[in-house]
Amino acid sequence: MIWEKNPVLLLVLATCAILVGTIITMVLPFAWVNTEADSIASVKPYTPLELEGRDVYIREGCNNCHTQTVRPLVADVLRYGDYSKSGEFVYDRPFLWGSRRTGPDLARLGGKYPDEWHYKHMQDPAGFVPGSNMPAYAFLSGKTVDPEYTRKKMAALNFPYTEDQITGLAGKTEMDAIIAYMQKLGSDIPWREAVAAEIVGELVNPYAGVDHATMEAWEHLYKENCAACHGEHFEGGIGPELDGASLEENDLFEIIYNGVPENGMPPYSSLGADKVWKIVNFVKYYNIGEDHQ
Amino acid sequence: MEKAEYNYDIVRSFVNWSILWGLVAVLVGVLIAFQLVNPDLNFAPFLTYGRLRPLHTNAGIFGWGIGTFFALFYYMVQRLCRRPLWSDGLAKFQLWFFNATIIAAAVTLLLGYNSSKEYHELEWPVDIMVVILWVIFSVNITMTIVKRKEEPMYISLWYMLATLVGVAVLYLVNAAAVPVSLFKSYSAFAGTNDANVQWWFGHNAVAMVLTTPPLAVFYYFLPKSTGVPIYSHRLSIIAFWSLIFMYLWTGAHHLLWTPVPDWIQTLAMAFSVMLIAPSWGSVFNGYLSMKGQWHQMRDNYLVKFLILGITFYGLQTLQGPSQAVRSFSAFIHYSEWVPGHVHMGAMGWVSLVLFAAIYYLVPKIYDRKLYSIGLANLHFWLVLIGQLINSLSMWVAGLQQASMWHSLNPDGSLTYTFMETLAEIYPYWFVRALSGIIYLAGVVVFIYNLYMTVRRGKEVPVAAAQTT
Ligand code: HEC
Ligand code: HEC
Ligand code: HEM
Ligand code: HEM
Repeated sequence: MIWEKNPVLLLVLATCAILVGTIITMVLPFAWVNTEADSIASVKPYTPLELEGRDVYIREGCNNCHTQTVRPLVADVLRYGDYSKSGEFVYDRPFLWGSRRTGPDLARLGGKYPDEWHYKHMQDPAGFVPGSNMPAYAFLSGKTVDPEYTRKKMAALNFPYTEDQITGLAGKTEMDAIIAYMQKLGSDIPWREAVAAEIVGELVNPYAGVDHATMEAWEHLYKENCAACHGEHFEGGIGPELDGASLEENDLFEIIYNGVPENGMPPYSSLGADKVWKIVNFVKYYNIGEDHQ
Repeated sequence: MEKAEYNYDIVRSFVNWSILWGLVAVLVGVLIAFQLVNPDLNFAPFLTYGRLRPLHTNAGIFGWGIGTFFALFYYMVQRLCRRPLWSDGLAKFQLWFFNATIIAAAVTLLLGYNSSKEYHELEWPVDIMVVILWVIFSVNITMTIVKRKEEPMYISLWYMLATLVGVAVLYLVNAAAVPVSLFKSYSAFAGTNDANVQWWFGHNAVAMVLTTPPLAVFYYFLPKSTGVPIYSHRLSIIAFWSLIFMYLWTGAHHLLWTPVPDWIQTLAMAFSVMLIAPSWGSVFNGYLSMKGQWHQMRDNYLVKFLILGITFYGLQTLQGPSQAVRSFSAFIHYSEWVPGHVHMGAMGWVSLVLFAAIYYLVPKIYDRKLYSIGLANLHFWLVLIGQLINSLSMWVAGLQQASMWHSLNPDGSLTYTFMETLAEIYPYWFVRALSGIIYLAGVVVFIYNLYMTVRRGKEVPVAAAQTT
C-alpha cells in the first residue's frame, strides 16, 4: 500500500487517526464543562492563604496518596461525604483528584476536624494516628509565606483579593497555609446539613448493664476514633474531658452519632449504630470510679 | 553494506545512559515501597514519598523507557532504512540534552517543583527541554526514513512514526499553562476540563510510550532473534491502524464515576473494551510467528524474554479493559490493584522486551559475544519472579482493600474504618518491597553481564557480527 512507502503520508494519516478520538472526547467537552450548566453559585475562588496552601499541597505531592473526588457510590458517600460535583472545581488549576487512595479521600475534609487536630496530625501523623504511614510534615512550620509572590499568583489566576489579605500573610507559615486550604476543601456547598444522618425510632441501649470485661474488647474503638481528641483516658485535649456521669446514654449516642460539626466534633454515624452504642457504653461506664488522669 | 556507515556510537551511549536511569528508577522504587511500610524512611523533605514517587515514575518511563527507545530507534531506523542516520551531530546533541533533561527533571522533582499531573509532573522550563528533545529526535528519525534506501517501510517504522506524532500532540496540549515564576505555573484548564485533558494525555502516554514503541521493538527483534518472519503482514496493518485510532477515545476510563460527563465515560469504556482486538492482534501475530519455533523458548534466551513480554502485554490488555468497565472500576479504582496492573505492564511487558533488545544489541554494537548466557537466564528468572510477586501481592491487596472499603453492615453503615483497612495492607506492602529487591538483584545481574561483555567478552570478527 502506498502509505507503506511514503512516510509523510503515513505521518499525516496517523495524525488524522489520533485526532478523531481526541476532538470528540477531549476538545468537545469544553462546550459543556465549566459553563452555566454545571456552575454552582456558592463556590468561591481561593483566598491568598488557601492558594498558598494549595501550592504547598502540590509541591509536597500529597496527591500521590490522597484523592479529592467522592464518587456517587454508597460506600464512598458514607465514608467521605456528599459526592463531588463538576461545578465545585472551576477554580482548580490544576485539578487534584488524584488516582490513589493510600490515604483517605480529602474532597470533603473542610470542617471535619478543628485546626488544632491538623496541626498535631501534620506534625507527626504516625504518632498522632497510630498505624499511619503518612510522612511527617513538621518542616512546614518553619517556612514562611512570601506575600508578594502570592500576590503575583492571585493575579495570574485572576482571583479577587484584598490588600488586607495580602498584608495578613506576613508571618504566616506554610503550615498555616496548608491547613487553611484543607479547611476549605469541599465546604463551599452546604452538604453537611444535607447528609446528617437521621436517627430513626426510639433509642435503646442494646448493651445495657454490660460488664467491665466485655467493654475491654471495645477499647480499641475509642482508641482509634476518639483518643486523639479526648485523650487516652478521657482527660481531654482538642475536645473536652469526657465525664460519663454527666451525660445521658441517649444524649451521648446523639452527640457521637451526629457529631457537633460546627464545634469540631465529627459525626460517627458511618460506624453504624452498633459500634456507636459500644462506644457510648465504654465512655459512660468503663472507668466509673477511676481517676481520669 | 559497509558496517562503518552505521552510527553505533550513539546507540551505545543511549543504551548506557538509559540503563543507568533504569537503575535509578528501580532503586527509588524499592525505597518508596519501603516508605509505605515504614514512614520513618521519609528522611528529609526532598526525600518524602510525595516527592519521590514522581521521580520513580519519571525515571522509569522517561529515563529508562524513552532513553532505551532512543537507542533502539536509532539502531532500527538505520538497519531498516539501510542507511546511516540523517544527522550524527543532532543525535550527539540529543544524547547530552537528554541527560541534561533527565537530571533537570530529577533535581526539580526533588525540590518539589511539579505540576501535580501524573506522568507530566515537570514544570514548564523542563517541559520546554522535553519538547526540544522530541523535535530533534523526530526530525532525525523522519529524515532518515525519508531518505531511506529500502523502499517499503517495515512494521516497526510505522509504530515509530506514530509514536513521534502521538507524543508530540499529547505532550504539547497537556503542557499548556500560565507561568508565574521560573518554577511555578498554573494549568491552562480548570477542574473537570483539566482532569479530562490530563487523562486523555495520561492514558495515551501509555499508548504512545508504553505500547507503540515496545511494539516497534518487538516486531523488529522477535524475527531477528528467531530468524523467522512475522506471521501475518495483513494482521499487522489492521492491528496498527485500529490501535492508534481507538486509544485516543479511552482516557476517561481513569475518571469513571467522577464529575466528568457520563457520555465521555461511556465512550471510554466502550473503546477500551474494543481495544482488546488490536492489542491481541499483535499478541497473536507474535505467537503465530513462533509456529514450529517453540523449542526456541528453551534454547534461545532472547525469545524467552520476548515471548514472556508479549504474554504480559496480552494479559495487560485484557486486565486494562476490564478495569475500564464501570462496575469493576467502582470496585478497584484507587486501590492497590492498580499498581499491580501498572507493574505487570512496566516491569513485565516493557522492561522484558527492552532487556531482550539490549541483549541482542550489545554484542552487535561492541563486536563481542555475550559474556554469559547463564547470567542472562538468572537475570530472566529474577526479574520475572520479582515482577510476579509484585503484581500478585498488589492484586490480592487491592481485592481485599476494595472489599473492605465497600463492605456494609446490615444497618447500612460501613463495616471498617479507613484505619482498619489500612492495617490489613501492610503485609502486602512488605512483600512488594521484598519483590523489589529480587527485581533489583535481576537488574544488577543484567548490568554486570553487560559490563563483562564489553570488558571481557570474546571479540567476534566484524563480518560474523554483521550477518545475523
Ligand atoms: C504516603 C502517603 C501519604 C502522603 C504522601 C500524604 N498522606 Fe495524608 N494520609 C495518609 C494516610 C495513610 C492517612 C490516614 C492516617 C492518618 O490520618 O494519618 C492520611 C491522612 C491524612 C489526613 C486526615 C484525613 C481524615 O479524613 O482523617 C489529612 C488531612 C492528610 N492526610 C493530609 C495530607 C497532606 C496535606 C499531605 C501532603 C502534605 C499528605 N496528607 C500526604 C497518607 C499520606
Ligand atoms: C477531631 C477531634 C474529635 C474527635 C476525633 C472526637 N471528638 Fe468528641 N468532641 C470534640 C470537640 C471539639 C467537642 C466539643 C463540642 C462542643 O463544644 O459542642 C467534642 C464533644 C464530645 C462530647 C460531648 C462532651 C460534653 O461534655 O458535652 C462527647 C460525648 C464526645 N465528644 C465523644 C466523642 C467520642 C466518643 C469520640 C470518638 C468516637 C469523639 N468524641 C471523637 C472533638 C472530637
Ligand atoms: C487495552 C489496553 C489497556 C487498557 C484498556 C487499560 C486500562 C487501564 C485503566 C482503566 C486504568 C485505570 C485503573 C484505575 O485507576 O482504576 C489503567 C491504569 C494504568 N495502566 Fe492500563 N490499560 C491498558 C494497557 C496498559 C499497558 C499496555 C500499560 C503499560 C505499562 C498500562 C499502564 C497503565 C498505567 C501506568 C496505569 C496507571 C495510571 C495511573 O497513574 O493511575 N496499561 N489502565
Ligand atoms: C524494583 C522495582 C519496582 C518497585 C519496588 C516499584 C515500586 C513502586 C511503588 C511503591 C509505587 C507506588 C505505588 C502506589 O501508588 O501505591 C510505584 C508506582 C509506579 N511505578 Fe514502580 N516500582 C518498580 C519498578 C518500576 C519500573 C521498572 C517502572 C517503569 C518502567 C515503574 C513504573 C511505575 C509507575 C508508572 C507507577 C505509578 C503507578 C500508579 O499510578 O498507579 N516501576 N512503583
